[in-house]
Amino acid sequence: MERVHRGLSDGGAGGTVLLQPSAVPATTGAGARLRRLALGAAVPYWQAAPLALVFAFFFVLPLVVTVVVSLWRYNEYSITPALVGDNYASVFFGCLAELPSLCLTFKTYLSTLKFCVLAWALTLLLGFTVAYFLAFHVRSLTGQMTLFLVCTIPFWTSNVIRMISWVPLLGRNGLVNSILISAGLRREPLTWLLFSDFAVVLAFVHLYTMFMIVPIFNSMSRIDRALLEAARDAGASGWQALWNVVVPLSKPGIVIGSIFVVTMVMGDYVTIGVMGGQQIASVGKVIQVQLSYLQFPLAAANAVVLLAAVLMVIAAMTRLVDVRREL
Amino acid sequence: MSVREGRTPTFYVLATVFGLFALFLYGPMLAIIVLSFQGPTGGLTFPMHGVSTHWFVSLWGGLGVVDIWAAFGRSLRLGLAVMILTVVISLLAGYAFRRGFRGASLVFYTAVASLIVPSIIVSLGIGVQFRLLDTAIKWTAEALGFALFAASFATSAGTFTSGLGAHLTWTLPFGLLIMFAVFNRFDPRYEEAARDLGATPWQTFRHVVLPLIAPSLVGIALFGFTLSWDEAARSSQALGSDQNTLPLELTGLTTTVTNPEIYALGTVTTTVSFAVILVSLLLFRTLRRRQARGR
Repeated sequence: MERVHRGLSDGGAGGTVLLQPSAVPATTGAGARLRRLALGAAVPYWQAAPLALVFAFFFVLPLVVTVVVSLWRYNEYSITPALVGDNYASVFFGCLAELPSLCLTFKTYLSTLKFCVLAWALTLLLGFTVAYFLAFHVRSLTGQMTLFLVCTIPFWTSNVIRMISWVPLLGRNGLVNSILISAGLRREPLTWLLFSDFAVVLAFVHLYTMFMIVPIFNSMSRIDRALLEAARDAGASGWQALWNVVVPLSKPGIVIGSIFVVTMVMGDYVTIGVMGGQQIASVGKVIQVQLSYLQFPLAAANAVVLLAAVLMVIAAMTRLVDVRREL
Repeated sequence: MSVREGRTPTFYVLATVFGLFALFLYGPMLAIIVLSFQGPTGGLTFPMHGVSTHWFVSLWGGLGVVDIWAAFGRSLRLGLAVMILTVVISLLAGYAFRRGFRGASLVFYTAVASLIVPSIIVSLGIGVQFRLLDTAIKWTAEALGFALFAASFATSAGTFTSGLGAHLTWTLPFGLLIMFAVFNRFDPRYEEAARDLGATPWQTFRHVVLPLIAPSLVGIALFGFTLSWDEAARSSQALGSDQNTLPLELTGLTTTVTNPEIYALGTVTTTVSFAVILVSLLLFRTLRRRQARGR
């Protein structure tokens, strides 16, 4: 990112390139020079325009629409512009009155929080270990790249299929149960393996560990190996060097990976739906169900609340690291 | 710990963890590929009742009410469109960020936000936005006297309008981040040399920059296609009716299909993904080799 920063600070230094003697014929007058300079300065703007327009029309505007519509009224047939808090009131219906028992929304968020913590801890532990192995124990660059590819290739295949692929292994008559039964360890098949909290967490780890490995590996590969030797020379044990040198220097990668995993779990409804057998609640699922009943303003209010929760989590995490410096 | 000493016990422990992780990643996928060749009397789980292509044949005939091959075609066309647009838009934006422009930080953070904001929210927003757009179009058409148009107009949402946009909000951040990585490591002296030799900006791009960054563009194309091909959450509310993409149909089928047809479909989809990955990696390697020879 250094270059972008520099480019930002000196306000389009690239534009001056066109004024170099080789680029401008000697006969060019001052007016033409100025025109070329102006054209040159405009270049980055039209180059960035397609990207900016896509995000403006398909990301920023939809978010604005969501916020606006969350304040509208609706009935079974139509939605009407308004400025009411009714939808938010129904999102948080009974949340204060029923305390200390939890209202539906709080229960759903608590369940989502549980999945976040479990998925985060497991993907971090596994992702850190794998990244550490790749960065510090695989010696050749080719070996590193090959094993790195082994980790990333599943990311380019379908998530839904990767979820379905657990069915023949974890189902009632699945491979795990038949092994347990034929080995005499169980008489009845385990039923909590599939369509359960366990299956959901397993799928999250299966799908999202890659999002930890990549940024952590990226941070680790920048660590100066001399630091580790210095730590050892100074008498640090392997664990001490790991905890006091590698972990702090991998922090940016850890934070970026954590943001990815936590936000993806927070908004998830596909994984929880498929792996939970459509029986487990999540905020994303609540929104999806409301949308299927065409309750757009209510779904929008839920989305705004979810967005606020996600933003708070990210704000807390980015305090720990400057994301732009890590690219 | 040290890089130059012999293998430590730690190495073997970590190598085992990595091996198990790889098994964890690929094992289940392998299981459904094997099971998709289940015999005609076989079910969703092991053991295999013979080996056959029965379920592929029955998949070819369609899956009941769901027109799976129409969804397949839609996903393929959408994936290709998303791929091309992602490469072109990311490349242009990469250039723009390199030069710097006012508002660069804002655009950058918007891109990162697009990656992080839950897909269901983006999808909901796009879905509602296009509904409102439809209402506005009908209203305008009626106000202007195009009653026939207003009556026949159904929706502006569709695979290549709202669907395409929804996918781009997911693929473009990846493309942009790859472009940042590319230009952060790019040596501007190559361009300066070309310019000093009298090359126009276009010639500099075509003959100097493009060959150097081509492998990374292949990488962006790979992300563009595969992320679109597998996208479910962001498309869910953003497509017109009866315009479902393959992953959406698949998600629906998980609760209704009770025979290995769904594994056959999974195998077909995964084969497409793997074919694209393989072609990309080969292309990447060829381009890299050509560079190495050129130097």
